[in-house]
Amino acid sequence: MNSSTNTTGITISVIQPKTSILDKPINTKVKHEISINLYALLFSELVQYCQNKSLSVPEFQTKLHEVGQSIGAKLIDINFYREKNGKREIKLLNMLQFIKINLWKNIFGKECDKLERANDDERTYYLIEQESLVNKFISVPKDKGSLNCAIFVAGMVEAVLNNCGFKSTVTAHWHKGTTYMIQFDEQVIARDK
Amino acid sequence: MARQGNRLDSKKVNSELFTLTYGALVSQLMKDYDNVEDVNKQLDRMGYNIGIRLIEDFLARTQSTRCQDFKETAEKIQLGFRIYLGISPNISNWSASGDEFSLIFETNPMLEFVELPDNCTNLKYCNVLTGVLRGACEMIQLDITSKFIQDQLKGDNVTELRVKFIKTIQDAIPAGED
Repeated sequence: MNSSTNTTGITISVIQPKTSILDKPINTKVKHEISINLYALLFSELVQYCQNKSLSVPEFQTKLHEVGQSIGAKLIDINFYREKNGKREIKLLNMLQFIKINLWKNIFGKECDKLERANDDERTYYLIEQESLVNKFISVPKDKGSLNCAIFVAGMVEAVLNNCGFKSTVTAHWHKGTTYMIQFDEQVIARDK
Repeated sequence: MARQGNRLDSKKVNSELFTLTYGALVSQLMKDYDNVEDVNKQLDRMGYNIGIRLIEDFLARTQSTRCQDFKETAEKIQLGFRIYLGISPNISNWSASGDEFSLIFETNPMLEFVELPDNCTNLKYCNVLTGVLRGACEMIQLDITSKFIQDQLKGDNVTELRVKFIKTIQDAIPAGED
C-alpha cells in the first residue's frame, strides 16, 4: 500500500480501493477462449492430483465428482442470468432442456447430443454425449475399467440440479460415448406431475 | 482427431470452464493442505508438470528454433501466453544485465470470478504459471525462476510476474554411458 508523509509528519496511508468482482460486468458478449491443450493438461493435473490423494478407484471418482460439484454450484446463477433473465426453471423437463442446450453451450461450446428418458423408469434420464471434452485425451488403463473422468462433468450437472431444487444423483458411464445417468428423487417426480 | 465442424472451435475451450476448473483445483488444495505455502508449492509443481508437456506442443506449433538470447526467450514466452491463454502480457522492466524481465498482465482469464478471502493473503493464486514457465524452459535447457511481485487479487493495478534467468543447462552424459 502506498503511504505518503505530509509536512506535519502525520502518515496517511492510502488504501487503494479494491475492485470487487461484483463491480465487473458479467454479461460479457465477447467470449474469451483458451487453448484446448492447456485445458487438457490442467485437467490431467487435477485428475492426477485426485488419484494420488485416493486409494481406490471409487474414492478417486468420488473426489473428481466433488470437484465437479463445486464448479456446478457456481454455474447456476450466471447461466440463468445470461440465458433466462434470471428466471429459474421449475419444470423438470425444462430444467433438463436448459442443461442440455444452454448450459452445455455455455461451458462446452456445443449442445449435449441427446437427452433421453429410461423406458422402464420415470426417475431416470440420460444425457448422452458422443465425445466428452474431458475424455478426449484420456486413455483408461485396463485395470481401471470402470473409471470415467466424465464423472467430473456429472458432478457439475448434479450440483446444478440439486441446487435448483431437483434432488438427484448423476453418474457417468461408457455407453454410446459418454452417458450421464440422472436419477431423480421420488418426490421430484411426484411434484412434477 | 477427425472432427467435423469449425476446426478452430474444436481447438479452443471457453475460458470460463478453464477458470472454474482452476478455481476448483485451488480451493481443493486449500482444503487439503493446512499451510498456504504448501498450496503455492503444489501449484508450482503442477505447473511444472504442465510446462514440460506444453513446450512440446508449443515447439511443434510455432516451429520455433533455439533462442539466441534471453530477449528472444521473453518474446517466445509472450507468444506462448497468446497461444494458450489468449492474452498478451507486456514485457518490461529489463534488468541492466538483461537477465531479468517482468511480464505485466492487465487482464488474466484465470482471475475472473476470483476474490481472495482475507485469510489467504499469502496465497499466490496464479502460481501455476511460474511452474509452467520453469518446466517449459527447463526442457529447452534454460534454468529460470519466476515469481509474482504484483497481484491484482491483492489490490495492485496489474499482475506482474518477474522472470529471472539463472543459467543454461549443459548437456550431460547420461549416467552409465561413457
